[in-house]
Amino acid sequence: MIALIGLAAGVVLGFVFHPGVPLWLQPYLPIAIVAALDAMFGGLRARLDGVFDDKVFVVSFLSNTIIAALIVFFGDQLGVGSQLSTGVVVVLGIRIFSNVAAIRRKLFQA
Amino acid sequence: MSEQSERTGAPEASSAEGEPVGEGSGERGAPEVSSGEGGPVGEGSGERGAPESPTGGGENPGAAGRKGLLRPRLNRGQLIVAVLCAVLGFAVAAQVRSNDKDTKFATARQDELVGILGDLSQRSDRLRSDIRDLDATKSGLEHDAQGQAALEDARRRATTYGILAGTLPATGPGIELTINDPQGRVRAASLLDTLEELRDAGAEVVQVGDVRVGVSTYFTDPSGGGGVMADGHLLTPPYRFLAIGDPHTLATAMNIPGGVLRTLHNSGADGVVAQREKITVQAVRSP
Repeated sequence: MIALIGLAAGVVLGFVFHPGVPLWLQPYLPIAIVAALDAMFGGLRARLDGVFDDKVFVVSFLSNTIIAALIVFFGDQLGVGSQLSTGVVVVLGIRIFSNVAAIRRKLFQA
Repeated sequence: MSEQSERTGAPEASSAEGEPVGEGSGERGAPEVSSGEGGPVGEGSGERGAPESPTGGGENPGAAGRKGLLRPRLNRGQLIVAVLCAVLGFAVAAQVRSNDKDTKFATARQDELVGILGDLSQRSDRLRSDIRDLDATKSGLEHDAQGQAALEDARRRATTYGILAGTLPATGPGIELTINDPQGRVRAASLLDTLEELRDAGAEVVQVGDVRVGVSTYFTDPSGGGGVMADGHLLTPPYRFLAIGDPHTLATAMNIPGGVLRTLHNSGADGVVAQREKITVQAVRSP
């Protein structure tokens, strides 16, 4: 519940203050967001399974975002940035889908 | 049927009573999971679901978890989670806004930008040369009072259209294609294929035998055999095509594997292509 409130508060703050994304962060923020979404759905699923742990969530959230951004960064350095970010998005998308499917099964038994 | 109703019935009953049994020990007092160790912790952030322990007593852990999800509980871990979620929401909002603001160029990569720039400069070059041509035409038209330049221009255009329509003779580089047909196997369709291949390869003016080819040229097989009718004239072997265009391109197009010459060869005829510096097409179509 508090997490949901935090999420809503973050969105509201973002739209109120409309911050600009700093230039150095621009290529990596979208990927990091997708990775964070993956961590969030994973956390929700773990919560529904009754095995949620704050520490695991925090660590996986941070490591997901940082690693995703790092992969894109290295891809940019190697000249395959766009392909690598596509790959990362595909992998994270698959994980998000499987997490959401598990959440759905928990919630609706279907 | 009965089993299912039993399963769904049990949590509802407990919620009607008040607190579900498993979670009932208070809302903020007892931290359910201590952040240190202990507590059933799945691998990752629950990427693998923990094995769902089937409990017989009607306490569905999923249902209990669902109810606990919406209950505010304050402890440090929960706060950190909330802060992280807030950061995520903030980042999403910022990203969405910045995407709204500058749709294309700010987020494009370097090679994409270079490609866009190249396209644009190419296009502006083309437009600039168009401007130059039109300016030249305009100044030419303005400077002669008798309409000499306009007349000249119109005449030039008439010549071009006449050549394209087939009403004027033409000369230029091109190829001469001779199809020998000793066994009389070549039909109208083969000649039509040949003509289409020549047109595809960029032939501007084509003559078959004595017939100038135009947009409405047709080939038919005469009822008695022995040749092909083109626009009502009887052509007899060897068939001779004169085509004006880039000689090398035309010759290559004729000789490609599986192309016209190969097909003709398979049907028993054979064609010879000769590239010429100068081809003169004398036959004309009546307008």
